[in-house]
Amino acid sequence: MIYFNNVSKIYDKDGVALEDVNLTINAGEFVSIVGHSGAGKTTLVKMILADERPTAGTVFYESINVNKIKNQDLTKLRRRIGVVFQDFKLLPNKTAYENIAFAMEAAGKTDEEISTDVPHVLELVDLGDKISHFPYQLSGGEKQRLAIARAIINQPELIIADEPTGNLDPINTYEVVQILKKINDLGTTIILTTHNQGVIESVGKRVITLERGKVVRDDKDGKYVI
Amino acid sequence: MTTLKRIIKAGFINFKRSGLVSWAAVLVTTITLSVITALILLQAVLYFSLGQIQDKVDVTIYFTVGAPEDQIMLLKSSIEKLPEVAEVTYTSAEEALRLFRERHENDYPTIQALDEIGENPLGAYLNVRAREVSEYESIANFLKSDNALVIGSASIIDKVNYHQNKLVIDRLNSIISGAQKLGFLTTLVLILISIVITFNTIRLTIFIAREEIGVMRLVGASKARVNGPFMVEGAIYGVIATIITLVIFLPITIWFGRNMTSFLGLDLHNYYLSNFFQIFIIILLSGILLGVVSSYFATRRYLNK
Repeated sequence: MIYFNNVSKIYDKDGVALEDVNLTINAGEFVSIVGHSGAGKTTLVKMILADERPTAGTVFYESINVNKIKNQDLTKLRRRIGVVFQDFKLLPNKTAYENIAFAMEAAGKTDEEISTDVPHVLELVDLGDKISHFPYQLSGGEKQRLAIARAIINQPELIIADEPTGNLDPINTYEVVQILKKINDLGTTIILTTHNQGVIESVGKRVITLERGKVVRDDKDGKYVI
Repeated sequence: MTTLKRIIKAGFINFKRSGLVSWAAVLVTTITLSVITALILLQAVLYFSLGQIQDKVDVTIYFTVGAPEDQIMLLKSSIEKLPEVAEVTYTSAEEALRLFRERHENDYPTIQALDEIGENPLGAYLNVRAREVSEYESIANFLKSDNALVIGSASIIDKVNYHQNKLVIDRLNSIISGAQKLGFLTTLVLILISIVITFNTIRLTIFIAREEIGVMRLVGASKARVNGPFMVEGAIYGVIATIITLVIFLPITIWFGRNMTSFLGLDLHNYYLSNFFQIFIIILLSGILLGVVSSYFATRRYLNK
């Protein structure tokens, strides 16, 4: 599904974010990417979204060369991918309902579909009673659950979760991981970046370890080893 | 159609939720539109004053005593055909005498001298008014040319006062064209400054939302879906600022109308009311254009991610 071929990202001679990365991620996998801060985890996932372009090498999403994608096709590609960030990246001036509705509008869904699906997905992430709340009125865990709801609303093929538990307490972390596992069980591919040992061990799936921009381990039933 | 409806709705919601930031942008847009309105009124005063000065300038063709009226009328109609001429008025010898007596009714020696002559010593004259002050010269040249002489009028013309007034007319002409150029340049500079200030204020409001724009793009929103609501918001700034500006200028022009009409020579309140529709259209279009274009350019730089 996703192919990294000899991918490097160099900002300047001292700023090597990724170096000669070769990776294949298959459909339906749950892949955790681990590494210290600055190891290149976020740069790696940003390349799948074409939010960063590699200095060398190519990134393919199925048959699409993400580096050479046109603006119009980029919009279409991003609609096939759900994204969850450590800092939530919710739209501050929109309510919980509107944040999710916006993602559906972007995907061209009708008003009827939006009014049916949004309350349903908010119930799924246990935010049914916070439908009219603005992000600043939600706790960290609630914000992250809202971000997950937004990521899954268009039933994407892939969910990228970039340090989704970085700002959460252990209980919220557990809940977020359980939601991601359920989504994966339903067939959606998950790429999770984290440096939380507990998260990796509770997932118990493939783990890719990055160190100074290089892939140093790729274990099928990985453990947290840095 | 659904997308357009959503964009417009989002624009209104954003405007409402942005609170003080929106009203700051409206305030700055109002200042710009007020500058434009003030300059429209100033130009009106300038053109009115220049028009009044222009009206005082004319060329008079004096005919010899006893010049036949049919020849004068022939010359009058050929002058009227000139594109530069706005108006030609004929004053007969009898009328000229009547006007002269009226003007000097308290000047006893002059009237007595006139009575002693017995007959009318004054000739008829034509008063020629050009469309532009700069065109008097070409009218005077026409009178000297063969065209005028062909009809045999050269012998009946006593004098043309253009050459006596030439210096004054030329000076007036350069003052008028200078004032028009200066007025236009000042207007242009002031409007440009106001536009730059408004553009930067709107850019600042969008700078605050730059992360939001990035998130919208990441969840797969098209460029139009992202910048559309900002452009609608810009249009709302323009519409509200137009209403505020036009309301503000109502008491201002009333004050000018009451207190400054004799000084300016023009009742600004009357001018404002009688040209209200044109001013409204100019200000509304400027406001909307300013808001929409500024928002478009301000969001563009954050859209390419």
